[in-house]
Amino acid sequence: MTLAEVKSIQTTQNQSKNDQILLEVKNLKKYFPIKAGVFRSTVGWVKAVDDVSFYIKKGETLGLVGESGCGKTTVGQTILRLIEPTGGHVFYNNVDLFKLSKGQMKKYRSKLQMIFQDPYSSLDPRMRVKDIIAEGLKAAHIGNTKERYEKVRDYMQRVGVSPTYMNRFPHEFSGGQRQRIGIARALVLNPELIVADEAVSALDASVQAQVLNLLDDLQQEFHLTYLFIAHNLSVVRHVSDRVVVMYLGKVVEIANKHEIFSDPLHPYTKALLSANPIPDPTVKRKDRIILQGDVPSPANPPSGCRFHTRCWLAQPICAQEEPKLEEVHPGHFVACHFWKNLEDQNK
Amino acid sequence: MEGFVKVLRKMFRHPVSIAGIILVLLFLSIAIFAPLLAPPAYPWNPYMMPQSGLSAVPQPPSPQHIFGTTQGQYDIYYGVIWGTRTALEVGVVVIGLALVIGILIGTLAAYFGGWVDELLMRITDIFLAFPFFVGVIVVITIIGPGITNVMWALVIFYWMTYARLIRGSILEVKENQYVMAAVALGTPGGRIITRHLLPNSIYPVIIQASMDMATIPLTAAALSFLGLGAPVGYADWGQLASFARNWIITPSGGNPFQYWYTIFFPSVTIVLYALGWNLLGDTLRDILDPRMLI
Repeated sequence: MTLAEVKSIQTTQNQSKNDQILLEVKNLKKYFPIKAGVFRSTVGWVKAVDDVSFYIKKGETLGLVGESGCGKTTVGQTILRLIEPTGGHVFYNNVDLFKLSKGQMKKYRSKLQMIFQDPYSSLDPRMRVKDIIAEGLKAAHIGNTKERYEKVRDYMQRVGVSPTYMNRFPHEFSGGQRQRIGIARALVLNPELIVADEAVSALDASVQAQVLNLLDDLQQEFHLTYLFIAHNLSVVRHVSDRVVVMYLGKVVEIANKHEIFSDPLHPYTKALLSANPIPDPTVKRKDRIILQGDVPSPANPPSGCRFHTRCWLAQPICAQEEPKLEEVHPGHFVACHFWKNLEDQNK
Repeated sequence: MEGFVKVLRKMFRHPVSIAGIILVLLFLSIAIFAPLLAPPAYPWNPYMMPQSGLSAVPQPPSPQHIFGTTQGQYDIYYGVIWGTRTALEVGVVVIGLALVIGILIGTLAAYFGGWVDELLMRITDIFLAFPFFVGVIVVITIIGPGITNVMWALVIFYWMTYARLIRGSILEVKENQYVMAAVALGTPGGRIITRHLLPNSIYPVIIQASMDMATIPLTAAALSFLGLGAPVGYADWGQLASFARNWIITPSGGNPFQYWYTIFFPSVTIVLYALGWNLLGDTLRDILDPRMLI
């Protein structure tokens, strides 16, 4: 997709909801070099994220789904510049984050926060909980030690961990409690956008529900915007307002939750949805789509549409021409030459 | 702090580690109370061993010289006591300086990566390319013998172990999500190193350093034995062993072990000292290595 096309998409969006768009990702690219040989020369690139564009509206939850290795996490991390992007733009309140120096970026750190996937590896085992939560406040030079700990106490209460445990170490807590501590650490900086990278996938089902409800409550209390990265479709369905589906570093479909689940217009989305288990043993599944083969390597992606090697609708054109992400219905974007066929099937 | 108490509790659970701790504490107290245990004959230079007479032939233990005297009538007891200070001083200074250099270089290499890592690690490789003992001897030959110069030479060829250890350890710790979380929170690089990376990666280095507290003074003693270390008469275990070399087996026939005391007391001291630090190092490794701590 060229920049001009993205602009046209964005302008149609901007006309109606300009003041509401909080974060706009344009043509984001992240390539990782493949090094080989004695001199570690670059022999190729893993195109983890290749030309991804989407936007997040203020106050909404945008789900980002796709299977392992499709670049979801890389998208989340590059947006916050935890890893440096190869190309593209991220506009936060009309400021291009990728154009900022590292020093200038510091000012935006507190506004854009992240909740990490693994509650065990995301908390430093040698720091007390109070210091873990206060770390961001200290980095931003907010308050003195006493005021910071006062805030820590307040936020521990809000996320449902008793402040009496503030002097403990992370290993003294359960997975769910640790994730709550991770949420408090992000929240205490009073951010506008939180990137939740597989925030509940390491937790038990019952604890998942608790944490999801907590995130929901906090969203209303603090007017947060979430970018919710997940591979679990049931979770995404529960939390998201809109959903972005990625396949092999590309966005294949963007739509609001109801449309994506009832009327998927990309064959990959449809296959993904059909793989989602239904927690009812009496339901007979006739519509199960089983894809052939594996996900191709992002170091050597297929020509044309990246999904054509596994797609049951594929025609010769799919191997030659890359489909563009088009707005086929208001707010419903899809990148497929034959989305109309699917729409007819869905009816 | 809790972790520290846990470590102590574990240490006192095994008899072997208690033996190590007792030996190390024993040598520490000998070093501290050296002026009481063996009052210096020359208060302006307490490290010089007192000489009673100039006869070359060692004298057996007696009330005046409880460990006897060695070649040149140096008091062995005095040499053993004040030699403990020498050994600890060499160990602490050499390992301390090597730790500072090694941790600095290893941390910078691992944290920055890329060409910084490449450059620093190739410099490390250059130093590692010299055989340790030969390198040390060459440096001492250039800058001249003496305890201070021996320490410098040892530092020059010893920091690489620590640099590599800490680098590998930090590369591992760096992959943890809490490091990325710290970046996301806006924590400056210096604080990421001191608050997150070093506290989580220092343990292998502590273990190695406690093991080296045994080997470094031994190496210094070996250099003294070769005549490259302390000046003649300086209280140093290597020098005592060097004096004893002609008397291990009686040179002129008769009872072959007539002068046993010349080699026995210094070598037993060296063995016990090395044993103590090794046991302590082993204990620390058992406790700290299998990530039991936390």
